[in-house]
Amino acid sequence: MISDRINEQSPWEDLTEGNKIYEAATSREFKTGEWRTQTPIHSPEKCKECYLCVPVCPDMSIQVADDESIVFDMDHCKGCGVCAKVCPFDAIRMEVK
Amino acid sequence: MSIRERLSGNEAVAYAIRQINPDVMPAFPITPSTEIPQYVSTYIANGEMDTEFIHVESEHSSMSAAIGASAAGARTLTATSSCGLALMWEELYVAASDRLPVVLALVNRALSGPININADHSDSMGARDSGWIQIYAESNQEAYDNFIQAFPIAEHPDVKLPIMICQDGFITSHGVENIEIEEDADVKKFVGEFEPEHYLLKKDEPMAVGPYAVSNYYMESKRAQRQGMLNAKKVILDVAKKFEEMTGRKYGFFEEYRLDDADYAIVIIGSAAGTAKAAIDEIRATTGMKVGLLKIRVFRPFPEEEIAEALKNVKSVAILDRAEMFSGTGGPLGAEVTAGLYRARSKAEIVNYIYGLGGRDITVDDFKQIYDELADIATTHEVKDNYRYIGLRERGEQ
Amino acid sequence: MDNNLNKPYNFKEEMTSKKDRFVPGHRMCAGCGGAVTVRSVLRSLHPEDKAVIGNATSCLEVSSYMYPYSAYEDSYIHNAFENAGATMSGVETAYNVLKKKGKIDDTYKFITFGGDGGTYDIGFQSLSGAMERGHDFVYVCYDNGAYMNTGTQRSSATPRYADTTTTPAGKVKDGKVQTRKDLAAIMAAHNIPYVGQTTFYGNFKDIYTKAEKAIYTPGPAFLNVMSPCPRGWGYETSDLMEICRLAVDTCYWPMFEVVDGVWTLTYEPKKKLPIEDFLRPQRRFKHLFKPGNEYLIEEFQKEIDKNWKELLKKCTM
Repeated sequence: MISDRINEQSPWEDLTEGNKIYEAATSREFKTGEWRTQTPIHSPEKCKECYLCVPVCPDMSIQVADDESIVFDMDHCKGCGVCAKVCPFDAIRMEVK
Repeated sequence: MSIRERLSGNEAVAYAIRQINPDVMPAFPITPSTEIPQYVSTYIANGEMDTEFIHVESEHSSMSAAIGASAAGARTLTATSSCGLALMWEELYVAASDRLPVVLALVNRALSGPININADHSDSMGARDSGWIQIYAESNQEAYDNFIQAFPIAEHPDVKLPIMICQDGFITSHGVENIEIEEDADVKKFVGEFEPEHYLLKKDEPMAVGPYAVSNYYMESKRAQRQGMLNAKKVILDVAKKFEEMTGRKYGFFEEYRLDDADYAIVIIGSAAGTAKAAIDEIRATTGMKVGLLKIRVFRPFPEEEIAEALKNVKSVAILDRAEMFSGTGGPLGAEVTAGLYRARSKAEIVNYIYGLGGRDITVDDFKQIYDELADIATTHEVKDNYRYIGLRERGEQ
Repeated sequence: MDNNLNKPYNFKEEMTSKKDRFVPGHRMCAGCGGAVTVRSVLRSLHPEDKAVIGNATSCLEVSSYMYPYSAYEDSYIHNAFENAGATMSGVETAYNVLKKKGKIDDTYKFITFGGDGGTYDIGFQSLSGAMERGHDFVYVCYDNGAYMNTGTQRSSATPRYADTTTTPAGKVKDGKVQTRKDLAAIMAAHNIPYVGQTTFYGNFKDIYTKAEKAIYTPGPAFLNVMSPCPRGWGYETSDLMEICRLAVDTCYWPMFEVVDGVWTLTYEPKKKLPIEDFLRPQRRFKHLFKPGNEYLIEEFQKEIDKNWKELLKKCTM
């Protein structure tokens, strides 16, 4: 975890030179799912695996799994509801929770 | 083996660039530095070097492209003057905070307005707090020598900061002088290869540059950046020592001219030091007055303690600024040297002159007048106007 | 040009075979169109190629590389607001030199993102210079039609009559006075090999195809992507795709490309919808629907019709 090495309590000597970082995709550590006020509920029985919900997610939080089903990343989903709106089969509904 | 040549300051710097053969040079024309990219382009056109030249559409873009190229892992430089440097302003800070060892050949020229193409230091003095190392030259020889030392200082792992190698517009940049140049192979060996530890194109190591840093990081980031500047002092001296081993030409933070036994000293930057030296020789020969000079070479990092030590025995000192900073209390060099002397508990009387703005000549007679004033102040201990101009037309004095 | 580009589009394969190179944990708003733009463009990179991603200061920048959290699988550089074009010029040039000198052996692609403020306005010169010089990279404008990072100020990409914080609709003013700058046409006038204008539509064929062409066409390429901003435009976050559909089907945002100077419309609505269908769901156009303001919508429609007619003249189908 980069946050173990560099965080808002780090002394100046521990920051990386010029604030450059030498690793990719560290933002995954930041859980934007906490922002969510509405949550997508997926009904696999209605889902036809058309994948129209996959590319529309601004948070890459719907991915196609190896078995070709879709999986939600609730650590990062911000609950915008774009996926629910594009689903032609009502397989995703938004719930306040 | 050194070779004797007759070169202008711009030619000398371009010659050094050819010898170093850096990877990337973005540049935009502006008087009086235009010749540097012109000479480099000619070397490239004739196959004498293989630097990639980027014909940017502004100086802002030339520093922006330099930052991109340096971050990507390329040894990078550019050249500019005056308003060109001013247009780069924002990017100067970014290059320094990203810790990118970009080299800038600066040919000092007055800032607009009114528009003026001649020498003064308002451009680089304005950029003095941008986090760049600044090294100044009195002569073509020094411009060449400083340029060869630039990359080894900037790229040193303890430093990693951009560096500005400054020379005076026209006086140095266009004046042709006899200078000693080094063999290509010696220069290449001295400068070595650029081998950054981290860069955008490094295999299997994605790097991210230029983040948004919130308040909880920003202040620590600035302190970390300062360390590079603090470390630069030692590195500058180490590189100068190696350079002396190669060439026999000696460099430090500043040059002391007949300062050992001096009662009255002038502190100055750049080409006017040559005129000051002529005045000193004449004054000493004709009057026996003990006059001397401290010519600043390294302005950033500012060698405050060393300057105070060198001036510890003088009775009075005149600090000459070739830039007006409109603080109402003095010029930038005046402010910093005065602060250094105060911290060193100096008893010397201090006066600050503004001279040579927009290419105004400063003469041997002007220096004589300043030394007379210093002798007067040292006796009366009365400095009536601590912040004055020399070489200025005023009512009632014509 | 890469042979892959001639393959027919297969949505299912797109979704199953490619990995995202823009990753979760970025701090763009819920429902942000800009994030979908970045995601879509970066998915079009071939998996075997490496990339350096550039970025003008923008919502995207402050949200996707907040120290020490990068939302990119690839190398990334942000420099400032107005210089994404020049900065990537430097990166691309460095790549050519280091490759020539044998210091690196990977194949890299270069893609830089700017908002409309950083592209149409303050970064316009830097972009123009980079395109004119012929650097081999893609400049992607995620156009949300205002300075959203600073709170919805008007840009030269803001549509006429839009209510922004610097062109507020008030008692005597009807929002922005001027019409939008036609940046795609200006980029095409640079005679670069590829210019595309697109947004998110249906199964994303248009944007994926154009992004891939832009990345894999040698030389400079420019992609203009309408990227709706729920906060700045004033619509429900869930309506992203509907807003895009209305923009395209009213011909507010035509989708076309210019390849080596040849203009092609890549989508033509079967039935061109009236512009008010696009305007009505957005709070920024609310004042146009007040009684007595019908003429403003008519003016808007006239402008759309004129632009569409001119575009059809330029385009082959």
